[in-house]
Amino acid sequence: MFAATPLNRRSHRNQNVARAVFFLMTVALVIPVLIIVGTLVVRGGPALSWEFLFTAPRDNMTAGGILPALVGTIWLVVVALLASVPVGVAAALYLSEYAPDNLLTRTINLAIINLAGVPSIVHALFGVGAFVYFFRFGASILAASLTLAVMTLPVVIVATRESLQAVPQAFREACWNMGATRWQTIRKVVLPNSISGILTGVILEVSRTAGETAPIMFTGATAFVAFLPESVFDQTMAMSYHLYYIATQATDVPEQLTFGVALVLIAIVLAMNAVSIAFRVYLRGLKKW
Amino acid sequence: MDNGQRGDYAIETRGLNLWYGDFQALIDVDLEVKRGIITSMIGPSGCGKTTLLRTCNRIIERLGYVRTTGSVYVLGHDIFGDDVELVQVRKQVGMVFQRPNPLPISIRDNVLFGFRLHEARTRKVSAAEENDVLESSLRQVLLWDTVKDRLNRPATGLSLEEQQKLCIARLLPVKPEVLLMDEPCSALDPAGTEAVEEMIWQLRGDYTILIVTHNMAQARRASDECVFMLLGRIIEHGRTEELFLAPENPKTADYIEGRYG
Repeated sequence: MFAATPLNRRSHRNQNVARAVFFLMTVALVIPVLIIVGTLVVRGGPALSWEFLFTAPRDNMTAGGILPALVGTIWLVVVALLASVPVGVAAALYLSEYAPDNLLTRTINLAIINLAGVPSIVHALFGVGAFVYFFRFGASILAASLTLAVMTLPVVIVATRESLQAVPQAFREACWNMGATRWQTIRKVVLPNSISGILTGVILEVSRTAGETAPIMFTGATAFVAFLPESVFDQTMAMSYHLYYIATQATDVPEQLTFGVALVLIAIVLAMNAVSIAFRVYLRGLKKW
Repeated sequence: MDNGQRGDYAIETRGLNLWYGDFQALIDVDLEVKRGIITSMIGPSGCGKTTLLRTCNRIIERLGYVRTTGSVYVLGHDIFGDDVELVQVRKQVGMVFQRPNPLPISIRDNVLFGFRLHEARTRKVSAAEENDVLESSLRQVLLWDTVKDRLNRPATGLSLEEQQKLCIARLLPVKPEVLLMDEPCSALDPAGTEAVEEMIWQLRGDYTILIVTHNMAQARRASDECVFMLLGRIIEHGRTEELFLAPENPKTADYIEGRYG
C-alpha cells in the first residue's frame, strides 16, 4: 500500500539531480577563491618578511618592501571614511527615519542605486575633474580619498539604512507614545540597536576602499615616492596601485615580489571582512530581542 | 486656560470624520468619555475602534494619507489647535498597544524612559527620586514585587503579561490623565488577561481609561461605560451593565448576542 509508485521514483530522481546541480554550483563558487588564495600563499608567501612590510621599494621596484604603499593605503582609507561615513549615515538616517514617501525620496533612492552602479573608472575621471582640477586639490591623498568616498557612499547608505530598518517599528512607537521626538527616538533607541549593522557596513566599505585601483590612479596615487605622506595634500603610493604598477609597468620585478604584494593586499581585505563578520556576530549576541 | 476650554470630559469628539485615502473610517463621531472611569469600546473588526483610539493622541497622523474633519478635545482642549505641541498631548494621553512593546533595555530604564525624557531635562533629578518614581510606577501596575530584585535585567526577558504591565508602568511617571489601551490583553493567556484586568481596575479613578477590546466579556467585566461601534459610527454608548442587559439599539443587541462580528 505504501510502496513507491513509478511517479514517486521519478520525483525522487529529479530531486536528487537538482540537489547535485545546486551543490556543484556552490562548490564552483568556492573554487576560484581557493585557487587565488592558494596561489598567492604558495608563490608570494616566501616574499613575506618584516623587512618586506617595513621598508620602501629599492632598485626600480625590483627589490625592497612595500611600506610606503601600506601606509598610503591606510591614509586613503581613513580619509575616505572620514568623508563618507558622516555623510552616508546622516543620509541613511534621513531616508529611513524622516523622509516621507514622495517623488523626491524616490528620486534620491534611484540616484543612490545608480551611484552604486557607476563603473569605478568613471568615478576616477569624475574625481580628476572635480577634486583635482575644480577644487584644485591637485593629485593628492585628499582628492583620491574623496573619489573613493563618493564611490563607496552607496555602500554606507544602503548598509546603514538596512540596519536602521531592521529595528522593530514597535520600539519607535513606544518612544513616540511617550512623547519622544524623532531625534530622541533615534538617539536613544534606533541607533543603539542598529549600530552593529552600521559598523559592519563601514568595515565592508574599508575593504572595498583598500582594494580599489582605478579611482586613485589619476587622483592621487603615484608609482613611487621615497617618503611617507605627511599631509592629505601629498601624493602617495597605495597597495592596489603598487600591485598594478609592478605587475604591468615595471620591468624585471621578481615574480615573488608581485605575488607578495597581492598576498598582503588580499590579506588586508580578508582580514577586514573577517573583523566585520566577527564584530557582527559579537554585537548580535548582545542584542536583547 | 486657553479659549479651547470645554466641559469636563476627559475626551470629547465633535463631528469627527476620518478618511484613509478615499475610505471613510470614522463617520460623524460624537464621543464623550468621562473622567476617572473605564470606558470600553466594542464592535466588529474594522469598525473604527482602533482608529478612534489612535485619533485621541494624534498618533494616527503618522500614516501620511489620513485626513480628519471635526474636533477632538482632550481635557477640554482642542488637540487639533494651531498651537498644540504633540509632545505635550502625548504626555497627557498615554497609549498601550496590542502587543507589549518594551524597549530592549533594562526594566528600570524602560520605566524611567519617559521621565528622563521630560523631567530630567528641565531639572536635576536625584537617584533617590528616580527610585521613588520607579517603585511607585511599578507598584501601581502590581509589578513591583515580581521585578524588584531584577530591575537591571532586560525588560524583554519578562513574560508577556509582565511586559504589558511594564508598558503601562512606563507611561505613569510623566503623569498622564488619559490612558488609551488598544486590546491590551489580546496577546495574553487567560491568566495574564485576568492579571492585567485586575491591574487596570486598580488604575481606575487615578486615570481616565479608554480601552478597545474584542472581548465582550472583558468589556462587561472591566468597564464602567461601554461604546458600541459599527462601520465607523458610534451606535450606542451607555453604562456597561445597561448596554449589555437592555441595549437600546437593535444592532447593539444583535452584536452582543453574537449574531455577527
